[in-house]
Amino acid sequence: MEEGKVYVGNLDVAAKRARDILLGKLKLEKVVDWANAFSLWPVHLTTSCCSTEFAATFGPRFDGEQFGALPWVGPRQTNLIVIEGTVTRKMACAVRVTWEQMPHPKYAIAMGACALDGGLFYNSYNVVRPWEVIPIDIYIPGCPPRPESVARAIVELQRKIRGRRVASSWIREGWRPDRDYVAPKEDYCAWQKTSPLLERV
Amino acid sequence: MSGEVRVYGGWRDDLGLKVIPTRRLARDVYEVFIGPQHPGSGHMRIIIRVDGDVIVEADPDIGYVHRTMEKLGEIRGWIKPIPLFERMAIHDACNITLPYVRAVEKLMGVEAPLRAKYLRVLLCEINRIAAHLYGFAIFGVFLGHSTMYMWAMGDREVFIQLAEELTGARLTHSYPIPGGVRRDIPQGFPDMARRAVKYMRKRLEEYRKIFLDNPVIRSRLEDVGVIPKRLAAELGIVGPNARGSGIQYDVRIIEPYEVYDELDFEVPVYTEGDALARTYVRVEEIRQSLRIIEQVVEWLEKKPREPIVDESIYKKYPPLHKKILESQGRAKLLPWMATMKVPAGRAIGRGETGRGEIIYYVESDGGMNPYRVRIVTPSARNAIAFKYALPGHRVMDLPAIYGSLDYFPPEADR
Amino acid sequence: MSGAELVEGPRDYEATLKAARARAESALREAGISFSVEEGKGFVDLVVDVDSIVKAAEALKNAGFTHVVSVTAVDYPKKKSIKVAYHVTSYLDPEIVGGIVGLAVYLPREAPEMPSLSGVWVSAEFMEREVYEFFGVTFKGHPDLRPLLLIPELAEKRPLRKDFVVREESIYEGVPERVRRG
Ligand code: SF4
Repeated sequence: MEEGKVYVGNLDVAAKRARDILLGKLKLEKVVDWANAFSLWPVHLTTSCCSTEFAATFGPRFDGEQFGALPWVGPRQTNLIVIEGTVTRKMACAVRVTWEQMPHPKYAIAMGACALDGGLFYNSYNVVRPWEVIPIDIYIPGCPPRPESVARAIVELQRKIRGRRVASSWIREGWRPDRDYVAPKEDYCAWQKTSPLLERV
Repeated sequence: MSGEVRVYGGWRDDLGLKVIPTRRLARDVYEVFIGPQHPGSGHMRIIIRVDGDVIVEADPDIGYVHRTMEKLGEIRGWIKPIPLFERMAIHDACNITLPYVRAVEKLMGVEAPLRAKYLRVLLCEINRIAAHLYGFAIFGVFLGHSTMYMWAMGDREVFIQLAEELTGARLTHSYPIPGGVRRDIPQGFPDMARRAVKYMRKRLEEYRKIFLDNPVIRSRLEDVGVIPKRLAAELGIVGPNARGSGIQYDVRIIEPYEVYDELDFEVPVYTEGDALARTYVRVEEIRQSLRIIEQVVEWLEKKPREPIVDESIYKKYPPLHKKILESQGRAKLLPWMATMKVPAGRAIGRGETGRGEIIYYVESDGGMNPYRVRIVTPSARNAIAFKYALPGHRVMDLPAIYGSLDYFPPEADR
Repeated sequence: MSGAELVEGPRDYEATLKAARARAESALREAGISFSVEEGKGFVDLVVDVDSIVKAAEALKNAGFTHVVSVTAVDYPKKKSIKVAYHVTSYLDPEIVGGIVGLAVYLPREAPEMPSLSGVWVSAEFMEREVYEFFGVTFKGHPDLRPLLLIPELAEKRPLRKDFVVREESIYEGVPERVRRG
């Protein structure tokens, strides 16, 4: 086989090259990362008003789907959670539970000034910082961020996954160091136990 | 809808109202928690109790996006709450802040000049269309009708673009300020607006074919989630939901603010009260808004430019600001506005947003901050409709009813 | 689908408000309830006694005020009272449609308590729950009095009372030490 030429149509050669790449030059890890990076499925969890721009991202004008991400319904089938703005105390538990239900490797994008550090609601009594609740990979500034920057964040995340081997090392080691830095679940979910909502006979 | 007595949850047409007690749970009734993570958009939870798959009770559990607007409104002066309140419904930004601005104007005793009023109406109607289209898009997600989502989202961008040309921001315009607006129309805007109107008219016809007369959609929406007229009046639901139930109510008519009394438009009302009627109202409203935009743009084009802030504020402008206002049509906010004081008093400002009537009760004690701002948003008033519209339907009708009520949680929870 | 009806032409809100006010005042007078008037811009508040509020509400309801647009509570720490106003209006009566009239009471700031009006106006149900969590006003006879928007632990602090102060700094106090470092 000559260097620099691609043989189209010759199955034998193609199969041999594929085998070489998978087992030889490329490690399987890279394939895992590659596959992971291009199948990001954000879960349908809308926390606040940034969701309007998130919805626009996957609309026809900005077409976020071209980057390999498409919002999907159940947390069990997704691997990306986009925090769309403010997380309130009541919502924090839902965010945490949803995140816990997702299979790993999983990623999180925090969208909007509110998700960075409270944004407009920096001194509100009912707002928590999302990075207390779940570990965040990418932050998007803006209030609300334009759809372009959401698309950009997805591309950034793909770069991060492939460049730093996030997915494969997570699978190999079974954990991620920054997972330890979130607050315990009871901080956010304890109120549900005492909630009168659950006290029905 | 003949003579027989219809029963909706706790409501009977013949007996009148009855409040549904929420904590009773019969033995073979199951409790299903829907949300806050669920397939449609919506950051709320509905707790339903089902017997088989018929909903016997629904309890909307809201508050997942409560961001303490009322409290923060009390500590940020008089101007800064405008961008704050805008965040309740950022895709309907002008409509949602205008009533607050008007309440403050009432207290201050200033009034926007005529041109500013037309500009406000212009952005309000652009916002209204965008909000309705957003509602359609989300409705499409609920129904699993992704064409509806794509089309509505795509057409919404047309009006977002218009708003962006006018104000410089896609969603968060912060356009009206006490005594005026922040920007005049840019060059070439009228033609752009006319093109958008023409385009949308054409699209509305296609919408009718694809969605409203689509047998699948119709059979999912017709006679689903019926709210009869008297129930709607008792519940005090607002906006297209009320008008879909035959309530003749629109703040633009009842308390014509800005220049709505000079414009020629109609407010459609349907009497069926089901999910389809609510959808029809929205479509017709888009048509009327297009009419308003045409008239307003015409007026703005014909009349000569004039300062777009109140005389008393314009007087205090330094020369540079005056120059900017005259040459570029941009009204700058002055530093004293951040610390201005508003005479003591109480005012209610209200307006018709895309989802219905919004009410601001603003109380001032003469200080630098509002003493109390009470906000009642349309979605907050519509929340109670879930409780009365859902019982009696099957679980599979829930998305259709939820979607047709066009409920937006950040707005409802404030 | 029936064709669309239309709402009739622009109305004069001042006239509507005047009519609504006259209607409300005469209804209260007929029911033999004494009241005082507090003016506002765009509405009017009729202040009554706590004891007579249910009767007053029924009188207003019968006079055609169909629903509550807002249950507005205001805290006055200086006067040691909380004002609760039910701003009501009508959808069905063409004469007073949209005119906002407030039925208000002053409650003591410690242990404020009043009868619930959600039996009269169903639309007040959720709003009373809101006032309950934000101000701590107990509504006797409410079918389901529990916090609506807040989690219970926050609702106990009664955030909209004036002695709940929001500081101008970011709030980090709820965050555990470990997270703050990380
Ligand atoms: S960042 Fe802005 S747009 Fe996003 S949730 Fe916060 S306030 Fe809303």
